Amino acid sequence: MQRALLAGAIIGTIAPMIGVFLVLRRLSLIADTLSHVALAGVAGGLLLQTYPLAGALVAALVGAVGIERLRTSGRLFGEAALAIFLSGGFAVAVVLISLARGFNVDLFSYLFGAITVVQPRDLWVIVLLGLVVLGAVTLLSKELFAITFDEESARVQGLPVDILNLLLTVLVAVTVVVAMRIVGILLTSALLVIPAVTALRLARSFRTTLVVAVACSLVSVLVGMIVSFYLDIAAGGAIVLAALTLFGAATLARREKPRR
Amino acid sequence: MTTPVTTYGRPLVEVTDVSFSYGDERVLDHVTLQIQSGDFLGIIGPNGSGKTTLLRIILGLLRPDSGRVRLFGTDLAEFREWSRVGYVPQKAVAFESLFPASVFEVVLSGRCGRAGVGRRYGADDRAMSVRALETVGMIQYRDRLIGRLSAGQQQRVFIARALASRPELLLLDEPTVGVDLDAQEQFYSLLCRLNRDMGTTMVLVSHDIAVIAQEVTQLACLNRRLVFHGSPDEAMRSGAVEHMYRAESRLVAHRH
Repeated sequence: MQRALLAGAIIGTIAPMIGVFLVLRRLSLIADTLSHVALAGVAGGLLLQTYPLAGALVAALVGAVGIERLRTSGRLFGEAALAIFLSGGFAVAVVLISLARGFNVDLFSYLFGAITVVQPRDLWVIVLLGLVVLGAVTLLSKELFAITFDEESARVQGLPVDILNLLLTVLVAVTVVVAMRIVGILLTSALLVIPAVTALRLARSFRTTLVVAVACSLVSVLVGMIVSFYLDIAAGGAIVLAALTLFGAATLARREKPRR
Repeated sequence: MTTPVTTYGRPLVEVTDVSFSYGDERVLDHVTLQIQSGDFLGIIGPNGSGKTTLLRIILGLLRPDSGRVRLFGTDLAEFREWSRVGYVPQKAVAFESLFPASVFEVVLSGRCGRAGVGRRYGADDRAMSVRALETVGMIQYRDRLIGRLSAGQQQRVFIARALASRPELLLLDEPTVGVDLDAQEQFYSLLCRLNRDMGTTMVLVSHDIAVIAQEVTQLACLNRRLVFHGSPDEAMRSGAVEHMYRAESRLVAHRH
């Protein structure tokens, strides 16, 4: 149980931070896209009897770089590029799964999350990757703010905008892989996006937006895990439902307060 | 103070024989122009005349098809001292009004390039941001969400952001679009103050001929080519402005 809580705390912290940047850049779909690409990596890893999370990480990173290059080349409308990767990744995954003769328990745990059975090895990976993401976001928070708020002015200031964009996409890939173990591939984007959107409803400044997003996310993870433990339901679904409840509450609170 | 020391006597901006086309459409045609320290230059011209394009080329956002640009005596390709240059973009492209950022956070981000990668903002950065906000008269709004201000107030915040790094050169792209007349007056007097009292070199791209001709010290008329570059008085005398606008200037005269 402690392993699960630690894993939950880590993902609960990094997912909303990345999520805020994604939502503000209108790239919410990238999380979903990369999680489907990661699924192909997982399927490949299971098929080859190697560590599935490694497969997921490789696939997600390749996908991230590919998406970013397509986006900056300007040859496709933003969403179309994502749709191609999402369906392509999923198609590869389905084919690989059929090669392995269908679903098994392992695959199921990647699809829907298995926070309660977090292995020690998984935990190391989660802690390591989580610290990488947390470190990068903290170190580069002012640069990420600048490119998110006004990319052009950031460029004029001499910031390496293209590198930062790529880095952000890579961080999304890493976060997705970490989240996969807890809420599962199918609900990963929800964990990144919903607390961020909740915080945006209540935002008074960028800093408070990040703080509120992390707070909502951690509460959702904690409540979701406790509820799933006692009611014996899927943790991933419980966590996301908790996050949605907070979103609903924030929306109602916003409606009652006069606009400031 | 912002008096440039190393480039005394040298033009701040040297545009030499710059041409640029968007696809087949030639937008700038062998434009050569120098901007001296302390100038308050207004760049005017009809729609599609390349004013914004020229500004973007000077800022390094676009690469010219031919010709070159020097900033502070250095070729643009090698230029790194971007904290000496302030940029106030056109409002429409700047940002989305629901963005969760306070006024202070926006102005502080003007120090990002200067502060160095991986370092947090320091007391210096905050102090400069406060000063910039005081200069534009918006300090009392520092904790307000940027989206909750009027267009004129937002524009002043963007100027503060550009001023936060204490630039010697300030470039503004159509800054009074969507701003009401009172705010425009305040805005121009602010720019004049910055130019006269602080010595900041100003380059202003604008549609607003009548107002701009009153406020600037130098006027450049651009219509794919540089049609005129000199003082506003000379411009009026030579009829360069009317010639360039033709039908449009008749419309302006009629309204007055």
